Amino acid sequence: MSTTSHDPRPADALRDGDTARHAAPSTAVRKVGGFAGWVDDRTGAAKPVGYLMKKVFPDHWSFMLGEIAMYSMIICLVTGAFLTFWFVPSAGHTVYDGSYVPLRGVGMSEAYASSLNISFDIKGGLIIRQIHHWAALMFVVALVVHMFRVFFTGAFRKPREINWVIGSVLALLAIVEGFAGYSLPDDLLSGTGIRAMAGFVQTAPVIGTYLVYGIFGGPFPGEMIIPRLYSAHVLLIPAILVGLFIAHVGLVALQKHTQYPGPGRTNNNVVGYPVMPVYAAKAGGFFFIVFGVIALISALVQINPIWGYGPYDPSPVTAGSQPDWYMGFADGALRLLPGWLEFTVFGYTISANIFPGALILLPLVYIVLGVYPFLERWVTGDDREHHLLQRPRNAPVRTGIGMAGITAYTILMFAGGNDILAIKLGMSINDLTWFFRIGFFVLPPLVFWVTKRVCLSLQRRDREQVLHGRESGTIIRTPDGRFFERHEAELPEDQWILVQHEAVAPLELEPAVDEHGVARPAARGDRLRAAVSRFYFRDAVNPVTPAELAAAHHHGEETEAIEGGEPAEQLESPEAASRR
Amino acid sequence: MNEQDTPTTGTEVAHTDGHGDAVRLDQGHVVGSGGIPERFANPGLPAHVPRMADLAEAAARRAEKQVATLFGISILSTLLFLVLYFAIDVTQTVFIPGIGTTSASNVALGLTLAFSMLGIGLGAVHWAKTLMPDEEVVEERHPMASSEADRREVVRVLAEEGGSSQITRRPLIKYTLGGALGLFAVPLVVQVAGSLGEMPQKSLSLTWWHGGPSGPGEEPEFRPLRLMKDPENTPIKASDVTIGSVFHVMPEGLLPDPETGEGGADHLLEEKAKAAVLLMRLDPAVIESQKELDWGYQGIVAYSKICTHVGCPVGLYEQQTHHLLCPCHQSTFDVTQDCRVIFGPAKRALPQLKITVDDEGYLVSAQPFREAVGPSFWERG
Amino acid sequence: MNALAARRRHPAAIAILLMIGLFLTGAAYAAVAPKPADATTKALPAQSVEEGKSLFRANCASCHGLNAEGRATGNGDKIAGPPLAGVGAAAVDFQVGTGRMPMTAPGIQAARADDVVFTQEQIDALAAYVASLAPGPAVPSEEAVDPTKGNPAFGGELFRVNCAMCHNFAGSGGALTRGKYAPSLRDVSGKHIYEAMQTGPQSMPVFSDTNITPENKRDIIAFLDTLDSQENPGGMTLGSLGPVTEGLFAWVFGLGIFIAIAIWLGAKAA
Repeated sequence: MSTTSHDPRPADALRDGDTARHAAPSTAVRKVGGFAGWVDDRTGAAKPVGYLMKKVFPDHWSFMLGEIAMYSMIICLVTGAFLTFWFVPSAGHTVYDGSYVPLRGVGMSEAYASSLNISFDIKGGLIIRQIHHWAALMFVVALVVHMFRVFFTGAFRKPREINWVIGSVLALLAIVEGFAGYSLPDDLLSGTGIRAMAGFVQTAPVIGTYLVYGIFGGPFPGEMIIPRLYSAHVLLIPAILVGLFIAHVGLVALQKHTQYPGPGRTNNNVVGYPVMPVYAAKAGGFFFIVFGVIALISALVQINPIWGYGPYDPSPVTAGSQPDWYMGFADGALRLLPGWLEFTVFGYTISANIFPGALILLPLVYIVLGVYPFLERWVTGDDREHHLLQRPRNAPVRTGIGMAGITAYTILMFAGGNDILAIKLGMSINDLTWFFRIGFFVLPPLVFWVTKRVCLSLQRRDREQVLHGRESGTIIRTPDGRFFERHEAELPEDQWILVQHEAVAPLELEPAVDEHGVARPAARGDRLRAAVSRFYFRDAVNPVTPAELAAAHHHGEETEAIEGGEPAEQLESPEAASRR
Repeated sequence: MNEQDTPTTGTEVAHTDGHGDAVRLDQGHVVGSGGIPERFANPGLPAHVPRMADLAEAAARRAEKQVATLFGISILSTLLFLVLYFAIDVTQTVFIPGIGTTSASNVALGLTLAFSMLGIGLGAVHWAKTLMPDEEVVEERHPMASSEADRREVVRVLAEEGGSSQITRRPLIKYTLGGALGLFAVPLVVQVAGSLGEMPQKSLSLTWWHGGPSGPGEEPEFRPLRLMKDPENTPIKASDVTIGSVFHVMPEGLLPDPETGEGGADHLLEEKAKAAVLLMRLDPAVIESQKELDWGYQGIVAYSKICTHVGCPVGLYEQQTHHLLCPCHQSTFDVTQDCRVIFGPAKRALPQLKITVDDEGYLVSAQPFREAVGPSFWERG
Repeated sequence: MNALAARRRHPAAIAILLMIGLFLTGAAYAAVAPKPADATTKALPAQSVEEGKSLFRANCASCHGLNAEGRATGNGDKIAGPPLAGVGAAAVDFQVGTGRMPMTAPGIQAARADDVVFTQEQIDALAAYVASLAPGPAVPSEEAVDPTKGNPAFGGELFRVNCAMCHNFAGSGGALTRGKYAPSLRDVSGKHIYEAMQTGPQSMPVFSDTNITPENKRDIIAFLDTLDSQENPGGMTLGSLGPVTEGLFAWVFGLGIFIAIAIWLGAKAA
């Protein structure tokens, strides 16, 4: 604002900057510019919008996993809003009188009756319900796989720790949201789920009974739980979910997307396609693809046939009573924990066979996930920004830890379906339970070790490939009758992927006393840190350096004797020679 | 050349640079010397390879047609959806090989919706891939941190401008403000937490078998109650219960009349959730527990059906092995051993209901459950 | 019944029981005949019992003993088989008619088999022979298992209370302890459903007529019939096994399709 004029300005006078714009040069630009100009006059949005439209996103299929989750969530929001038009969140008693014959005349809650109406009497209601449920399952599937991708490529490193924590909270909220939705139709399966929930909340030490009576507004099941879950499912959790999701995506835009290493891609740039037009078409089109595929699945594959389960009643139960898959790991933990963990002290019952699996495990998994970036930063002491992703093999210990975690999670999840596994595989449920109980402790370390070894071998192979070139498949016979395979040097672009990563080494311990002989106070913490660092980087296989490659070529004869190749000079492509 | 900044090491721990003694070709380092750089250089973006549509107009026109076809499919599917929405009755079914008989409107509306979406999505992506520019663009990154001057300014504003509020110099304001802000949410929390619902009192330890309604604040007085079949609500004669059979039982007065739906407990589901009982008859010779025999009647025994783990109904009775299995988490109870847990996550045996017969030969309860049924809780004892 | 069962363990009682049984069978049938659900109305021809006996000796005696007295344990080459006096024609018709008996090899549980070894006449003869040993539940009449005469809604309620915990809400079956299982009830004839409830084969408890009345058994059969004939409104059922198979489908097919499309989307066009 101009400050040169000291004349007081009347309230409705023009400001200095408020001048009419010149007409846009071409008709096309004028056409677009007309409305946009109208908006910009009032908001000044042209600059940020222009910036966003030129924003560059790198292209890779694994970057789409988060988008699948995002779009599935949006589909859930849209279809969920539809369902609220017909769903009656009430436990009030009614007698069913709809078009599903096998349940006519059966007493049930209004929630269940309205769910049946959505499925049978409202045109297109069933497809919306099925889309909603399939999209919910796909939301959590995609979210989990997206999390795998972020973890294994090290995308959570500085500056993205905040976004990783937000993502972990989103993941936890997503499954709580899912469980609330699963419980709403008040069929026998969902009611059994709530029954189990009431049971394990009740076992919480000290406050359990008050907690469960508070949640249910009195004795289980009561009439309050359906409206309360409904409020949580359509209002409370979605509000937090959407808020955090906007922050999550906003941070991605702010920090710019990470990219895989490759020729021309550095830590200081981002290589890809601009939002306008390519990325907008691809990402926008992908929304319709995700919606289309989920609609396709919903048209052909039935999900949660609530009409088959019948209304909830605390006396009956169905074989194969499971939660939806994302709660499976907690249910599996409940199946594996042995009963002897429950004990009584001074007349108070402590159910260590129940609440650790049901109440502690769920938040614990996400707390551990949320903390990991900070742990790794402490181990590496690395305070730099990282925008280039790591190939999982180049972080063998992290990859091993991730695979071990996935193994433990998967074992719990499969344990949650042990009865279905038993009948489908013709096995004993007792044997399976024991297999999972032992496997939970044995398999993750084993998987860690195997994964780490595989990563190290892959790294060594990368080194081999750089040092000795690619096996060409061309066999050469020397005059004295020996056979060799011609090795071709890597093209610089291919070679770069194999050598681009940083050399790593464990942190080294500084002496416990400084040069004056005074003990350093932090020595003990350092020892732990150095030990963990050794665990991470002791076996590190580092990338080939130019000097090593030169040495390999120089000592070509010896090396090739081992490799059964030819003299080094013959190995080289012209480019490789000229590069040297 | 090195695209990553030099590592800033912690203050107490230093990085080794990997320049050790051992040099192996497959692992380790050669000390850089003689003008050879320490790391390879990034070769830069590879040359752009043109697509078919970039080279030949015919290919581009073909791509255009493909995209238009996909969009056309979407339009047709959308129109078809509208037609089918009005044409198909909601109760109509259709047989589809591989799926079976299914709701016609679900399949029709789902498929047209799917193709309406897929047409747009696949078309847009195909368009982007074949016709939109495919040369990659480079955008520079900048460090996330603000400039040092901006940071200093924020700190200064916080300290100085914030200081001009005199909060540091006026402890009375500082502490009362802190107290007020710390407390203002308490009424809201108390309102929610305090009004959630009735507190349990003794209701978790009572069931309808104690003589009637067993909700919070209710103290039923014991009277023998007949064992009624669930859901038929008819009494059971001891002679009706043959060896190997299992009856699902509710106490007398709890269930409404199955024909009229009249009568029964006011809080039907709440009472059912605690009172459900399983009645079995075993050969008395196989029952190992004397207490079980004493509390039963000629080998007829009644146990709570509510699992002592998390409360699912334990209904799976294997009449040959006399095992009761819970379908939720596979706790297994041995009926010959007073329903002791022999496998799975439950700890406590299922509580037994002491039964006898009345003058007319019907099974009745002789006393209520002696312990709380269902899942454990802290003050259970 | 109970006292009878206790005494039949006594080896000396077998012969007497046989005689009494033969005599009582006719009388028992006559007594219960008016109840359509309880007995077959057709008389048992003597040659049918004789034919059944020879069939029994040839096919069943190796496990159940020459006179169906049973073998308690499987020592050496002997295979255990329960005594059959008193199990009734219904048990025979169920076990043999569903292909569970004769068992080809000893296992945790006799499985339903598609290839039934005997013809219905032979099964009737076997049933007649076993029924002649001691009174037991008879094969139900056609009217007793006619699904059109039952009330499927009430049958559904009964099914969920009495059956679904083992056989699953849709009759898809479920797991029991140590490798045993409750089999699928889909496409099982109403007669065999009725007989199974009546006789309690293998792990299954007995649901006698005092537990679930013949009319209510027919209601359950009617409910199961609606499951068989009824459409799956939502599409493929994935085995009607609940959320486990749905989750598996989401992971394998849902995620698979999405990743395939994402790879196509990220790949450079030719």
